[in-house]
Amino acid sequence: MAKDVAVIGVGQTSFVRGYEGSIRELAFEAFREATQDAGVTQKDIAASVFCSAPEYDKQRSPAGVLAEYLGLIPQPTFYIETVCSSSSSGLKVAYSMIKAGLHDVVAVVGFQKMSEITSAESQERMGRGADIQWEAPFGTMMPAYYALYAQAYMAKNGLTHDDLRDVRIKSGTYGQTNERAVYRKGVKEADFDPKNPDARMAGAVAWPLRVGDACANADGASCVILANAEKAKAFSKKPVWILGIGAASEAVNMAARPDFAKGLSVGYGAAAEAYKMAGITAKDVKVAEVHDCFTIAEIMAYEGLGFAPMGDGKQLIREKATYKEGRIPVNVDGGLLSKGHPIGATGGSQIRTIVLQLRDEAGPMQVPGSPEIGLVHNVGGVGLYGNVTIFGR
Amino acid sequence: MGFEKFGRKSFTAMTKVAKFVDLLEEGKVEGSVCKQCGAKYFPPRADCAACMSKEMDWFDMPKSGKLETFTTAYYAPFGFEKDCPYIMGVADLGGIKLFARLAGDIKPEDAKVGMDIIIRSLKYDDGQMSFEIAKA
Repeated sequence: MAKDVAVIGVGQTSFVRGYEGSIRELAFEAFREATQDAGVTQKDIAASVFCSAPEYDKQRSPAGVLAEYLGLIPQPTFYIETVCSSSSSGLKVAYSMIKAGLHDVVAVVGFQKMSEITSAESQERMGRGADIQWEAPFGTMMPAYYALYAQAYMAKNGLTHDDLRDVRIKSGTYGQTNERAVYRKGVKEADFDPKNPDARMAGAVAWPLRVGDACANADGASCVILANAEKAKAFSKKPVWILGIGAASEAVNMAARPDFAKGLSVGYGAAAEAYKMAGITAKDVKVAEVHDCFTIAEIMAYEGLGFAPMGDGKQLIREKATYKEGRIPVNVDGGLLSKGHPIGATGGSQIRTIVLQLRDEAGPMQVPGSPEIGLVHNVGGVGLYGNVTIFGR
Repeated sequence: MGFEKFGRKSFTAMTKVAKFVDLLEEGKVEGSVCKQCGAKYFPPRADCAACMSKEMDWFDMPKSGKLETFTTAYYAPFGFEKDCPYIMGVADLGGIKLFARLAGDIKPEDAKVGMDIIIRSLKYDDGQMSFEIAKA
């Protein structure tokens, strides 16, 4: 378990529905917090990596523009994109640059201002994060793609709508305690009850997925500052080390996917690589952030990460094993479902949560027992890209 | 050119496999097969990823199989709103799969994972060409 590269600072804006500012101002907020957290200034940062999904705002090649606004010129800057997992991919690039000895301190900034366009436009753009030549012409969108997985998975594995609802109830439990979350309300069974005229979450979006099965669009930014061992020890009293990184990709077209009832292959692939690099197994993970863009995605993530056997993820939610007091706490910051999912900022926000957990600084979200090892699972597109990163004290 | 005629609304004007649309006009749903190594692809490709050949031929997709999974869209992306609700799914045609909409006469409550299906070409009223998954 090599301790070569550490996170020395994290920052995140509140995730909101309609940020009153531009993308550069949004990114600045997260960056300012991370630099204060790390105790560094711009001159200490040797390079920057900016991460977002394109076409939500009009800025082309945002890295240079944001680097200037953040005061990070003339240092080199890069733009990395894997849609919803952009900032986890950015982390891997930053890690690699530090490991290679190219730079000693690197800032990874994820951002997204989704509110610049309407919800229907947003669905169209997200749909085009899949196969535009062969699938978008049918009218695809993210909820429909994940619903394909949910339908096959539920038919084979006995997962019910009540199980999916209970994933959302868990997110709501913790969204209330996260002051940066876009959705701060609790979620009740009645919210999903089709017989309840006031049910906010029961309406079908892409059956079998309902309104409440989907995460919230949001505007937000995140920042993670990485350093090599020497700088980490110099700057930080509580460096959080990157112990393992795994990444995988999968065929974009649904026609080439192996078996929908088995979940996303990238989850398994990225997890295996990250566990191997860290020299640990699923049992060693004491707190995790997983990519719950839809409730079904959290269940599939349990299995890809080895927290539950394939097809049996439902048991974890039924036994409340992924609550804060459970065997393996998952998404105790509200997850994408309640915290919100500003595409390019999401990975960095997940990393921030795990870093705070491993520093015992997560406040009301803190998992008891001072967890030693935490994990981030961040998926791009419909399992097009998978990223798993393992962190340790 | 020619590929703007594919699907409800195409996002790609030009592709080397645009003949796919002409074949749909003839009522054929075809994939591509590599002349060199025999690898079969659907959707069709102009290049073989298995052996790097660019010598590809067309082959008739199997006509029948089973519905592996599906979803009913009650909300649509920009430009598809008028079609709601519509069902999209993945058909397993015995080793080779296909993603498409389900035929309009299949009601959401009648679609089932594992049901027998056939595939066929489809011409929309506005002249757009596609293919669909229909009841066997």
